[in-house]
Amino acid sequence: MLTLSSVHAGYGSFPALFDVSLEVRQGEAVGVIGPNGAGKTTLMRVVSGLLRPSGGTIVMEGVDLARTASHRIVELGIAHVPESRRLFPRMTVEDNLKMGGFTPAARPGFRQRLAVVYELFPRLAERREQLAGSMSGGEQQMCAIGRALMSEPKLLLLDEPSAGLAPVIVEQLFELVKRLRAGGLTVLIVEQNVQQVLRVVDRAYVLKTGRIRAAGAAAELLASGTIRDAYLGV
Amino acid sequence: MAIVDIFLLEALLNGVLLGGVLALLSLGLNLIFGVIDVVWICYAELIMLGMYGMYFLYTVYHAPIVAAAAVCIVAVAVLGVLLHVLVIAPLLGAAPINQLLATGGVLFFLQSAATVLFGIEFKNLGLRLPVLKVAGMFVSYSRLLAFAAALIGMVLVYLFLTRTYTGTAIRAIAQDRQIMPLMGVDSRRIYLITSALGGGLAGLAACLLVLQYDVHPFVGLSFGPITFLICVLGSLGNFVGGFVAAFVFAEIIALGGLYLDLEWGYVFAFAFFIVMMFVRPEGLMARRS
Amino acid sequence: MTRSLRWLGAAALVGLPFVYTAPYPMHILIIILIWSFAYTSWSIMGRFGLVSLGHGGFMGIGAYVTALAWNYGHVSPWIGAPLGLLAGGLLAVVVAYPCFRFRIIGHYFALVTLALSGIVLQVITATRDYTGGSLGYTPERYKNGSSLYAVQFTGKTTWYLIALGVWAFGLYIWHRVDRGMLRYALEAISEDEDGAAATGVHVTREKLKVTVLSAAMTALAGALYCQYQMFISPDTVSGIAVSLQMVFAVVVGGIYVPLGPTVGAVITIMLAEVLRVSFGTRAVGWDNLVYGILLVIFIIFLPKGILGSLLALRRARRGAAAGE
Repeated sequence: MLTLSSVHAGYGSFPALFDVSLEVRQGEAVGVIGPNGAGKTTLMRVVSGLLRPSGGTIVMEGVDLARTASHRIVELGIAHVPESRRLFPRMTVEDNLKMGGFTPAARPGFRQRLAVVYELFPRLAERREQLAGSMSGGEQQMCAIGRALMSEPKLLLLDEPSAGLAPVIVEQLFELVKRLRAGGLTVLIVEQNVQQVLRVVDRAYVLKTGRIRAAGAAAELLASGTIRDAYLGV
Repeated sequence: MAIVDIFLLEALLNGVLLGGVLALLSLGLNLIFGVIDVVWICYAELIMLGMYGMYFLYTVYHAPIVAAAAVCIVAVAVLGVLLHVLVIAPLLGAAPINQLLATGGVLFFLQSAATVLFGIEFKNLGLRLPVLKVAGMFVSYSRLLAFAAALIGMVLVYLFLTRTYTGTAIRAIAQDRQIMPLMGVDSRRIYLITSALGGGLAGLAACLLVLQYDVHPFVGLSFGPITFLICVLGSLGNFVGGFVAAFVFAEIIALGGLYLDLEWGYVFAFAFFIVMMFVRPEGLMARRS
Repeated sequence: MTRSLRWLGAAALVGLPFVYTAPYPMHILIIILIWSFAYTSWSIMGRFGLVSLGHGGFMGIGAYVTALAWNYGHVSPWIGAPLGLLAGGLLAVVVAYPCFRFRIIGHYFALVTLALSGIVLQVITATRDYTGGSLGYTPERYKNGSSLYAVQFTGKTTWYLIALGVWAFGLYIWHRVDRGMLRYALEAISEDEDGAAATGVHVTREKLKVTVLSAAMTALAGALYCQYQMFISPDTVSGIAVSLQMVFAVVVGGIYVPLGPTVGAVITIMLAEVLRVSFGTRAVGWDNLVYGILLVIFIIFLPKGILGSLLALRRARRGAAAGE
């Protein structure tokens, strides 16, 4: 579904990703794990078009993303839940969800999608008129995921969804990811919370200082020492 | 004593009527700032051009006044888009102060272009609208009309901003610019629409102001500074703050004008502004550095 | 510029009126020097990112206080002008203190000061019974001639030397600010206000210092202009147009180099004069029209200004040469 081949990217003259190749197949949940500053967020930004790669190709179902205008990428079925959620804080929950369904293709189905999201997150339905910035961290994360789902994506990008949340909420969050997968959604998730994310995803890549250092089935990675090595830099 | 009270009430009422127009002015500027993060220093000069448009269409070419107003609003909206495309867009990545100064250059240009093209004589529509007598107070019809039209204009903008996808995107972009592509929003398109909207509001303001005031190349200087103060006091980009500040300022100007000249009304408004900065700085806190 | 070249230039400037005295070019030179001083005064703060659009107000105050004190109080400009400086400085404190204290910077500061210059113009117009309003105002002639007491001189040479002295004084202040601690504080502030505050810089005080300095200097320019021209009007010494004109000239010349504002004054005033001479009264408005377009073009394509870009180019060439 999504294929990255030797992607390079960076900020100005500061390179953040080197020669990254990665694949996400239809219906899979794939994790990218690695320490702080490994380039995980950069990877997500490159896929969703917030950052342009300086080399390599990114192909989503046959379409070259590097040649697609960044605001058109969401129309190809990629929804990105950015790091630290980035809701529109002074807008209501419902307006935030409305922005999620901004694309012309998503507009006719707005009511339907809204019902689906409210069913998934009953809390959001209760708080539909509340300003997004006034909610708790967990509720904001729900709202951010709900906003991404409004565009009816095929592939969901989650960037550090568990950051700053209480353990109970994190538990719920990963349950939710499982449910979304069961509903047929493909998920690419970036996390520092290694143990928990490896229980949710099928496969994972280990990213460190901008390079893929290891890859494999989640269970294998959990069992092997690869991850510890990556973190400790052995 | 009773006479003074009537005058006071009349001034208060006129203040409310003026407030409507000032609120319209600040809304246009706030929209542009909130969305594009740029201050159009030349905003009042766009209004000046709109007023000339009304003068030529209505008084010189005898077009029906409503048609003339419609043409002016559209024409100033187009000017807003041109301003964005020619001056603002090339500077979007530059230091904010450069964008501000560039629109200052446009102010110079528009003022002198009007001087060269239209001369420095004061011109007016030659329209004599009746003065209404309500409960002993004299209220000019043109002011009432301006107030009502300004209010209608603002309600329409409000509906546009809250009910449509594009309007929602305009509010959203003011809160988080970087993630707009994730929503599928083309920021450049939103900038153009906002510029047209800001220009259209300037055009509407022009149609209303020309009912009450003469037009000349420097007329913008009478509205510009006060509009900027209103926007800063209401916190730039904050629509509600601008709306409230507009009425407060209008009352100060109207009451100042009651006892002294109108110019003193402006001076009081400025003095009030300085005092407010000491008293309620949080209303003025800059959102950006 | 090497030291000897600089002395040569200074000597030429001082010696000029003793070999060349044609009244019209002398008049243009004097006007250029006065405005150069005003523009330099603006840049003293402008180059640290404190973009004021209120300097028209300070200039107007300097001019009007001096003239009003002379006409109504029979106070010599030797006292009247310092009063004007004081008034300009005071106004700067009243407006700038709350701005800096409450972190009104960038756009906000520019807009507040813009309103200030608009208001000063309104006050001058509103007090038309005393100031003559928009028709302008003339200080009374003292005994039909030159007088040191009244700071009125009929000879252009005298005025040229006075203006030259004041202009050089402006450059000297620039130099002093450049070499002083104030510069480091302000550069730190314009880079990162919080960071500067954290390292112990008293942000509000340092900004206020340079603002008052700049405002008082601009007021002096106003007083000088008033005494030389013997006629002032709100449109020529105050208001938003004058403020923008200062910014424009500085941007054209170059904001970060000491002689940038002077180069800007030479270019803008020559431009206006050429237009006036070649088109006569038909030129009304054309100078500002050209200014406006040039300002936009400069900001888009040459934000360092003419002199600034030339110096940067020369430095780059030298760097390249040194590298070889």
